[in-house]
Amino acid sequence: MTSAKDNAGTRGTILVVDDDFDLLEQFRIKLEQMGFEVRTAETQREGEKMIDAMDPDLAIFDLMLETPDGGFALCHRMKKKNPETPVILVTGVAAETGITFGASTEEMRSWIKADVVMDKAIRYDQLEREIDRLLKD
Amino acid sequence: MPDLRVLVVDDEPGMRRGAAKVLDRHVVNLADLGEEVGFTVDTAADGSEALAKLQDGPWDLLLLDYKLPDISGLDILSRIVEMEIDVTTVMVTAYASLEVAVSATKHGAFDFLAKPFTPEELKGVVEKAARSLITHRRAEKLEREKRQVRFKFITVLAHELKAPLSVVESFMGMMKDRTLGDTLDDYGDMIDRTMLRVAGMRKMIGDLLDLTRMESGQKQREIVDVDLTATALQAFETVQPQADARGIEVKLDLPDELPLAADREELEIILNNLLTNAVKYNRDGGRIDLAARREGDAVVIEVSDTGIGMTDEETKRLFREFSRIKNDKTRLIQGSGLGLSILKKIADLYGGDVEVRSEPDVGSTFTVTLHDAVVEQGEQDRAVVH
Repeated sequence: MTSAKDNAGTRGTILVVDDDFDLLEQFRIKLEQMGFEVRTAETQREGEKMIDAMDPDLAIFDLMLETPDGGFALCHRMKKKNPETPVILVTGVAAETGITFGASTEEMRSWIKADVVMDKAIRYDQLEREIDRLLKD
Repeated sequence: MPDLRVLVVDDEPGMRRGAAKVLDRHVVNLADLGEEVGFTVDTAADGSEALAKLQDGPWDLLLLDYKLPDISGLDILSRIVEMEIDVTTVMVTAYASLEVAVSATKHGAFDFLAKPFTPEELKGVVEKAARSLITHRRAEKLEREKRQVRFKFITVLAHELKAPLSVVESFMGMMKDRTLGDTLDDYGDMIDRTMLRVAGMRKMIGDLLDLTRMESGQKQREIVDVDLTATALQAFETVQPQADARGIEVKLDLPDELPLAADREELEIILNNLLTNAVKYNRDGGRIDLAARREGDAVVIEVSDTGIGMTDEETKRLFREFSRIKNDKTRLIQGSGLGLSILKKIADLYGGDVEVRSEPDVGSTFTVTLHDAVVEQGEQDRAVVH
């Protein structure tokens, strides 16, 4: 069996920002297995620094960071720096509050600067499909 | 507050004019409720006009003649209930029999007024109705606000429990898929993290039960003379293994005896909470100072650590429910975010307070002040039932 690390980084670099240490670790394991190099940050502030300092092939941001909508700010910063970088926004907010938003329409995408919004109970097979689709475009 | 809108329904023009004249200029001063209430009056001459105007509402007060030419006052009352119109009704009748009063009240009237009445009698009954209306509305508003707070609490709680649940679910999924290899040894970290998150959920549920019991007032309080020194020593023994494991030294500065009228369990929660936090947020090889003493009519408990500390901005957020300070120094520390809310609520029960002084990377000092608990009659009764 090939170790997850063997092919890590061959498909490019993904930046992940989430304030949950364990979720970050899970993203790392899964994304490395998919062949990506993974860079992580646990806070919005740290995430902002990394956006400024690096040029990832794709970015995944949790919506709720130190502030309840820190993820939105990161999406904006990423898209402002490079509009071509695909961004996935991960959120647990929708299911709990009944607030629904997504990135399925052009209008939504105009104010939520993300290409995909995913519910926080992450299904990694679905995540992989979205990443494949976004990187093919 | 805006004027109360009053509809006067009577088939005698003199009555309508008279009531309108009295109320139009009248101001009720409800000093105890902090309100001054004026009135805006409209009139109707018969039942159908009254129903039409009621439907066009909203109205606050209805002065309703019992005997109208077309529809009886009682029928109008039933229609008001049917149409779900929210109005406080005073039934006006020349036949002030007990029977009429009972039947009107049964049909939803708030009060009744016998004809003929003096302006003072009218003012009196209207003041009573206004008072009831305002008290009722305030209670409704409070209830609405409480529901909102509860909803928000539950929403945040769901989020706080969902996060560790999905972490655990994903870790289990990875183990099932043998993501990191075929032997159990490959998953040591994952299993440790899973168990830590599960323990965190258990702690959160425990804290949550403490908090809700305390807020609902259902928590049995048994106020007795408790020796705070003994309780503190007990709490110290509970955390000692964790402190030893990380080389943290605990210094005690306690009098031989420190009696306080208190609920034993509440004191235990306070001391356990303070000491557990002092260990959790300390650095390895650090130090904890636990001191307690009587100062006048209060007991002061002081717990200092040499831990990661907090910025001023972080200390401000500290006592909010579910507020956990998130930074790279706290990420491996499990907490429910409820501990200090509980601490604060208990201190409130003793007319006391919780204060915190903190400096990043130097440490924090928590000071809890408690007064002897007062046993209220109601609590005494419950304690006896217990």
